[in-house]
Amino acid sequence: MLRFIIRRVLLAFFTLFAISVTTFAIFFAGPADPASMMCGARQCDPVAHERINRILGLDEPITTQYVKYMKGIFLGRQIGDIECPAPCLGVSFRTREPVTTILARSAPVTLSITVGSAVIYLVVGVGLGMISAIRQGTYMDRAAVGVSLVFASMQIFFLGLLLLYIFVYGYGWLPRPQYHPITENPLKWAGGMIVPWLTIGLISAATYARFSRAQMLETLSEDYVRTAQAKGASKLRVNFRHAFRAAVTPIVTIAGIEIGGQLGGLVITETTFSMLGIGRQAVNAVNNLNLPIIMATVLIAAVAVVVANLIVDVSYALIDPRVRLS
Amino acid sequence: MVHRMTSPSGAPASTATGPYLQVNDLKVRFTTEDGVVKAVDGVSFAVERGRTLGIVGESGSGKSVTSLTVMGLHNRKRTQITGQILVGGRNITAMTDDQIRRLRGRDMAMIFQDPLSALHPFYKIGGQISEAYRIHHKVPKSIAKTRAIEMLDRVGIPQPQKRAEQYPHEFSGGMRQRAMIAMALVNNPDLLIADEPTTALDVTVQAQILDLLEDLQREFNSAVVLITHDLGVISQVADDVLVMYAGRVAEYGSAEQVLRAPQHPYTWGLLASVPSLHGNADEDLLPIKGNPPSLINVPSGCAFHPRCRYAMLNGGPCDIEVPELLRLSLSDEPGHVVACHLPERQRKTVYEQEIASVGVAI
Repeated sequence: MLRFIIRRVLLAFFTLFAISVTTFAIFFAGPADPASMMCGARQCDPVAHERINRILGLDEPITTQYVKYMKGIFLGRQIGDIECPAPCLGVSFRTREPVTTILARSAPVTLSITVGSAVIYLVVGVGLGMISAIRQGTYMDRAAVGVSLVFASMQIFFLGLLLLYIFVYGYGWLPRPQYHPITENPLKWAGGMIVPWLTIGLISAATYARFSRAQMLETLSEDYVRTAQAKGASKLRVNFRHAFRAAVTPIVTIAGIEIGGQLGGLVITETTFSMLGIGRQAVNAVNNLNLPIIMATVLIAAVAVVVANLIVDVSYALIDPRVRLS
Repeated sequence: MVHRMTSPSGAPASTATGPYLQVNDLKVRFTTEDGVVKAVDGVSFAVERGRTLGIVGESGSGKSVTSLTVMGLHNRKRTQITGQILVGGRNITAMTDDQIRRLRGRDMAMIFQDPLSALHPFYKIGGQISEAYRIHHKVPKSIAKTRAIEMLDRVGIPQPQKRAEQYPHEFSGGMRQRAMIAMALVNNPDLLIADEPTTALDVTVQAQILDLLEDLQREFNSAVVLITHDLGVISQVADDVLVMYAGRVAEYGSAEQVLRAPQHPYTWGLLASVPSLHGNADEDLLPIKGNPPSLINVPSGCAFHPRCRYAMLNGGPCDIEVPELLRLSLSDEPGHVVACHLPERQRKTVYEQEIASVGVAI
C-alpha cells in the first residue's frame, strides 16, 4: 500500500514538472510582448522597452527564466523593484502586483463555489441515484429519472439566471450572490454562495443521479449481492455494505477528476453571478495577454487535477483491495 | 391441486418426520415485456435430512429458478409464485420477506456456481464468513471470527488463520469454493442447495469438492439439493434424481432408477451425450438435437416433443396433451415417475436397443 502511494506521488511530481515546462515554453517563448504592455504608452520608447525586458529578465535565455521562475515559487524573488515573496508566480504586467496576491483574492471564490456545490450534488445526486436503483421501476424511480433528465439538460447560465430572477429578485427569499470571506462571517459567506451552489448542485446532481443509478443497478445484479441475500442479510445491509460500496468506486473517480478540474476555474458560473474567481480572472488575463496570470492559472489548474487524481487513486486502492496488487 | 410427494428412495414419510424440504406443485412465473415466462411449471419433489437430490437439466430448464425460489431470493413484486414449499414444515410461499430472510443462511443455505463472482471482492474471506454467522447469532466479532477460522479449517483450507485475512482474489478456484462452502455451513443449516458447485472448477478439484460436500452432509445430517447438468456428478453423489425440462418434471426417481433404467427420452438424451470410459469407443454419442425451448412460448403438449426422436412413434398425443407424471406399471420401481406419452413397453424396447449400448454405464 505504501509503495503504491509513493509511486503515485512520484508520478504526480513528474507530471507537474512536465506541465510546468510545457506551459512555460509555450507562453514565454511565444510571440507576446509583455514589455510593451507594461510600458503603458501606445508607442513604447525602445530604450524603455529594453529596460523593462532587462528588469523582468525577459532578455535572458528561456532555461534561465524557467529556473528563476521555479525558484521563485519556492523561495520568492525580486523582479525589478517589485518584491515577490514565495510562492512567487511572477508579477502582473498590468498592475505590477504579485500574481500570488491576485490569486489569493480569486481562489477562495472558486474554491467556495466548487466545494459547496460538490457537497450538494454528491449528497443529493448519489443519494437519489442509489434510492432510485433500489426502488427500480416504482413511481419514485421514474419521477427521479425524469426530473434528473430535465436538470441534466440545463445550462448553468440559464438555471442560474432563473434562480436569480425568481428567488433573489422576485421573492427575495435568497440573498444576492456575492463573495464574503468565510473567516469574517460564515453565515454571510454561505448566504452569498447559496445561489451558485444550488445552480451547479442541481445540474450536476442530475448527472450524478443518473450515473449512480446505473452503477447501483449493475452492482445489485452482481452474484455477490445475491450471496449476501442468501446469507440472510437485511435489505439495509445488502444495499449498503455489499452493493453501495462496490457501486461507489467509479463515482469517486468521476467526482475526483471533476472537482479537480473545477478548482482550475468556473468561468461560466463566475461570469453568471459576477464573481471574480480564478476562471474569470484567467479570461481577463487572456484578453490582456497578461502572461504571468495565465501561466499561474494553468499551473494551479494542473496541480488541482493532478492532486485530485492522486487522491482518487489512493482512495480507489483503499476501497478496492484488488487495486493494491497491480 | 396439491399432491403430496415423498422422496422416491426414502422410506414413506410419516407425518412427524417427513422430508425436510417438500415442494408441492410449484409454479414460478415472471412477467416480462415479451410475455409471461413460465420458468417453473408444476414441480414437486421432496428431500429428507441426510439425503441428496440431484436436479438435472439444460440451461433454462428451471432448475436454478426452483432453487432460488426455495431460498426466497426472487423479487416478489416481479415474480408470481404458487404452490407450496415446506422447509422443516414451514411454508415459505406464505411467509413475508422478513420471515424468509431469518431462515435464509441459518436453516437453509446456498452455494453458487462461480465462487469468484459470488464472493464480495472488497471484503476478507474471514469477514464474509463471520458476517454470515453474526447475522444469525448475536455474538461479538471475535467469537464469530474464531468460528469462521474453525469453518475454514473444517473445509480443508490450510493455514486458516492466515487465509481468513486474505481477499477472494488471493484464493485459487477450488479454495474459493471451499470458502463458499464454509460460509454456507457456518450456521449448520438443515438444507443446503448447491447450484452447479463444481461447474467453474478444474476437473481434478471437482471431485475433491464433491467429496467434501458428502463428508459435511454426513457430519451435519443436512438435506442437500444439488443442481447440475453433469450426470457424472449426479451419479457420484445423488440419492434421488429429478430431471427437469422446460420448467416441468420429465422424470423423477432414485439415482439407481433414473440412471440405470431411464424412462424419458430426454433422460436418454442426457445419458447418451455423456462420453464413457467403459463404453464402445467407436459408438457415436447421440446428442439431443435442437435447443431448449423459450419459456415464453413453450411447445404444446409435451414440451420436449420437437426435439424428441421418438415422439409420435405410437401416433400418441405428444404435440397436443401435456403428459402426466405417472408411476411405472410394468416394473416394480416405487417412486419412479415419468412424464411421457410413449407406452412403457415401447420405451423399454427402444432403450434396450438404441440407448443402452451408447450408454454411459455410470
